[in-house]
Amino acid sequence: MIELDIQKKLSGAQGEFTLDVKLHIAQGEFVTLFGESGAGKTTLLRCLAGLAEPDQGSIRVNGTAWFEAQTRLPVQQRRAGYMFQDYALFPNMSVRGNVEFALRKGASRQRAMELIELMALGELQHRMPDALSGGQQQRVALARALAAEPQLLLLDEPFSALDHETRLRLQDEVLRLQRQFGITTIMVSHDVSEVYRLSRRVLILEQGRIAREGSPAEMFGAGQAGGKFSFAGEVLAIEAADVVFAVTLLVGNQVVRVIATAEEAQRLKSGDRVMLMSKAFNPVLVAC
Amino acid sequence: MTYDWQPLWLTFKLAATATFILCLIGIPFAWWLAHTRVRFKPALEALVSMPLVLPPSVLGFYLLLAFSPAHWFGGWLDQVAGLKLAFSFSGLVVASVIFSFPFLVHPVQSGFQGLPASLSEAAYTLGKSRWQTFLQVLLPNIKPQLVAGIVLAFAHTIGEFGVVLMIGGNIPGQTRVASIAIYDEVEAMNYGAANFYALVLFGVCFAILLAVYLFNKKLVRSAW
Repeated sequence: MIELDIQKKLSGAQGEFTLDVKLHIAQGEFVTLFGESGAGKTTLLRCLAGLAEPDQGSIRVNGTAWFEAQTRLPVQQRRAGYMFQDYALFPNMSVRGNVEFALRKGASRQRAMELIELMALGELQHRMPDALSGGQQQRVALARALAAEPQLLLLDEPFSALDHETRLRLQDEVLRLQRQFGITTIMVSHDVSEVYRLSRRVLILEQGRIAREGSPAEMFGAGQAGGKFSFAGEVLAIEAADVVFAVTLLVGNQVVRVIATAEEAQRLKSGDRVMLMSKAFNPVLVAC
Repeated sequence: MTYDWQPLWLTFKLAATATFILCLIGIPFAWWLAHTRVRFKPALEALVSMPLVLPPSVLGFYLLLAFSPAHWFGGWLDQVAGLKLAFSFSGLVVASVIFSFPFLVHPVQSGFQGLPASLSEAAYTLGKSRWQTFLQVLLPNIKPQLVAGIVLAFAHTIGEFGVVLMIGGNIPGQTRVASIAIYDEVEAMNYGAANFYALVLFGVCFAILLAVYLFNKKLVRSAW
């Protein structure tokens, strides 16, 4: 159980603003912090881990004060597994060395080997990090974070540097491990499909404040529109075609073209993230 | 003709001692300098770099004044620790440490600065202390810069002349290092002896640098 209520002054692209967040997270929950870059997502995560300090407020985890007016629990004692965007693997240690380094005092090396096997890294255990692919590095980082027996797992855009296929595979893996260990997890993301796949609860952070909060379906429109199905996509191009506009979208790793009215097209520009929704007709599913 | 090996032996003893002390002081200092945000950091960095541009005689002159028993610092050292730094081997070591400081600190500092902050942060979140992180994560990952810094400091101490002359004088077995001996022999028209010292220094310095380059070409290039 995490109870957090913190304030911290931040300076962003649009000048100074205050990170002001209050939230409760239940044991074993998987929560996503969603928002544009510069909204304060990473800072919030760092405050939790003890890598940054709020100006004021309190953080309590499982009844223990991590941060209060007089209390500053050092990062080393918080036992918050943190997965960095660049994975931060130690270049001087092998895969196995990285995972074993994280073991707590007195923990058996067996645990490191189990995690290595669990993440299917057995074959690679003697490799150095720079001889690994992005996806492999990410699995090492995850194994290493879990080796320290963390009370909660903090993932800072864990899949942003991976290609589409690897991303999907690792998302499944993270989900499986999170359920297996029952570990409270907070993930920072600005990828709608990722949020959909992984978490039940999403907090949308805007200018340091939680603007909205709920299930991914509620947050990203599908719920309120009553859509039968919806996909997150990115606008690649908008072209005028007779009376309507043809919008080219990237959905997943597929390029699709849909039509839009002039009014819709006016609000869009190339690079925008959109939800592609459809209702009131039967989609055809063909096995492939 | 028999050659006096003592100045050469003294030179290497001085270089080894000074480099060892430099490592103890300079490496933690470089780490601190790489991360500190104190306001006087630019002034401090300028001060550390001074030996690079200052004539050795300037530094030697001030050190000589400070080390003199007549000065409060020299007098205090003499009284408290029984240390006489002027015209002694210990004085040479202290002066060499100061004079070779930037040669060790610069590469090591840039090594530390080149490491992503997430490396030490990752170690902290895994429950490791600052000291553990320093020894097991940071130092092993700046090996090329460490080697470069240590070799440079060692080689520079071997080659030092001006400071040594100012505060060491020319006492055989005490402060008469090879670079001084060469000057001395040339003054006495003993070109043979001077040539002997010069040749050995030349050979040894070349061998050290060559070994480093051969050991790992990348090692030194990345730090220079």
